[in-house]
Amino acid sequence: MSTPKLKLDISEAELIQRVCQGDKGAFYGLVQPCERSVFTAAMSILNNAHDAEEVAQEAVLKAFTALPRFRGESKFSTWLIQITINEARLKLRKDRKHLYESIDEQQSDEEGEYFPKDFADWREIPSEQLQRTELRSALKRALDSLPPKYREVLILRDVQHLSIQETAQVLGITEGSVKTRLLRARLQMRDALTPGVDGSWSSGKQEFEKVRPW
Amino acid sequence: MVGPVLVKLNGALGIPMKVIEITCLEVWREISNYLDGEVDAELRSRMEAHFKTCAHCKAVLDGTRNVVKLVGDGIEYQVPEGFSKRLYDKIKNK
Repeated sequence: MSTPKLKLDISEAELIQRVCQGDKGAFYGLVQPCERSVFTAAMSILNNAHDAEEVAQEAVLKAFTALPRFRGESKFSTWLIQITINEARLKLRKDRKHLYESIDEQQSDEEGEYFPKDFADWREIPSEQLQRTELRSALKRALDSLPPKYREVLILRDVQHLSIQETAQVLGITEGSVKTRLLRARLQMRDALTPGVDGSWSSGKQEFEKVRPW
Repeated sequence: MVGPVLVKLNGALGIPMKVIEITCLEVWREISNYLDGEVDAELRSRMEAHFKTCAHCKAVLDGTRNVVKLVGDGIEYQVPEGFSKRLYDKIKNK
């Protein structure tokens, strides 16, 4: 009988073994490299730093308790992110039941065709522009404006750089849905950001227009 | 939408391959997969040919690529000050 291919590296496997033998310090060693990923995953659902930290802590403690059952069929970090996503969803349902989209809506991808709002030319961003406060706050507003199911996928893929397969796994959706939602997320972000920096584009104009300050 | 595009290029086996037209709508549908390298060679060639002739779709491509680049540094999702310490304390006290 073939055994599942383990994705643990040696040091990770050793740390897990030490934790299972009662070494709490080893658990922190396991968690530390992925603590930012855990926080970001919680943020992708909750979009609130205080709530995300609370959920990140709960998820880590849950992982500690559940670690003896971890089989190493995915990376530890992916498993921990999956626990975090589940905890964040539970919190969201508990705290903001009336505001959160229904489970049915989460599962469906009611995707019609996408039509860009404009065709303004957005040239490559010079690196010195990346830190501009104005640009960063426009980006934050655009992220905040995304529907949660698109924001989750965008953050897991483009901020945390999870693979399509890992993203599907932690969100409990198909790889096809990951691709569809990612497309929507990226295009909506582009729509949101394109007019944002200098506000000079007009959707009424037919001609190709360069509006970016770079 | 652009008109028909016919480009000849060498396929994987060195056989000239025709790239036939693709509509803007199809390009938008696949633009994210294109950026992720998730389209097959034939579709990639068709899209590349399209981008050469359609400034609108090229603008959508460049903008979408910029979005990926912008969010990629994760500045918007830095952990709060003291996060690590508080997490460590939680584990220690478990």
